Amino acid sequence: MEAVAQRPPFERFYEERKDEIFGYLVRLLGRQAAEDAFQETFLRALRAYGKLTHGRHLRAWAFTIATRVAIDVRRRPTAATNEAPEVPVVDRRPAYAELEHLADRLPPAERAAVVLRYGYDLSYDDIGAALGSSAEAARAAASSGVRRLRRKETT
Amino acid sequence: MTTVPEPLDRRFREAAASAGLLDVAYDYADSPVGRLLVAASNRGLCMISYDPEPDRELDWLSASFGARVLRSPGPVDLARRELDEYFEGERREFDLRVDLTPLPGFQRTVLEELVRIPYGHVDTYGGLARRIGKPQAARAVGGALNRNPIPIVVPCHRIVGAGGRLTGYAGGLERKQALLGLEGALLA
Repeated sequence: MEAVAQRPPFERFYEERKDEIFGYLVRLLGRQAAEDAFQETFLRALRAYGKLTHGRHLRAWAFTIATRVAIDVRRRPTAATNEAPEVPVVDRRPAYAELEHLADRLPPAERAAVVLRYGYDLSYDDIGAALGSSAEAARAAASSGVRRLRRKETT
Repeated sequence: MTTVPEPLDRRFREAAASAGLLDVAYDYADSPVGRLLVAASNRGLCMISYDPEPDRELDWLSASFGARVLRSPGPVDLARRELDEYFEGERREFDLRVDLTPLPGFQRTVLEELVRIPYGHVDTYGGLARRIGKPQAARAVGGALNRNPIPIVVPCHRIVGAGGRLTGYAGGLERKQALLGLEGALLA
């Protein structure tokens, strides 16, 4: 019988994902807002975890929840922040890293698409799921985000 | 790589427990018989493990009670306090509820009967088999005790071989001896 990938105990999932998800939220929201969003992300994950029927794609699933929380946070007028997001010290994509400090001026969905694609190498399928849209829409959001960033850099 | 600051990690673990979102909360406790992993479900204390290798324990907890297993100290504070008192000789009975629900019926019967053997007393495998009305089942009783998920509180150390010999203990005979010594029940 082929083994179905079981959900790991939540502790293991949390330990494997927490630093990466926190880093992602810091990139999207800045340090302070990221702290609140972090807790909200994993509480939402915990609420849904009991209903997951398998343990596949948990990384993309965690990014999906974090993205939705971040978009909610940025839509809340009181949570608007001028705090500059942290610029990561190391990034596998230097070209993107040079642009990232400008990314906080992008609309939330575009920004999430850009960071997930170039910061975390997620597939467009996964990014589409995270944004509640399609792979095509995710690709469009990421490329329009990057174009906008390039323009910002030159202005 | 950004790492989660420790206070933020702690806050999440506390929030998860107080929001009632966990199937099992666990933490570690230091004791004179070594480091213990102590876990509680919503119904009560569900595991005490010697020499924890958390992966093994977490898999069992997850399969038995649900996958929402998280290290979070709040729900096991009371159990840790009662264990401390027990090891300091200040507590003879635990007031903790225990959760044996995932265990097979026979094992539960054995463990529920075992809890009635008082502090400082011992009985034999055969004696326990008779107590549950299955005098022929001494060997099966031994098997049930060997897989006791909540040693110390469900006192399988109080069961000894015929003639009072200290026989097998999943946590090791030295620990069995230490617990019986603490209770003043050490046999000659």
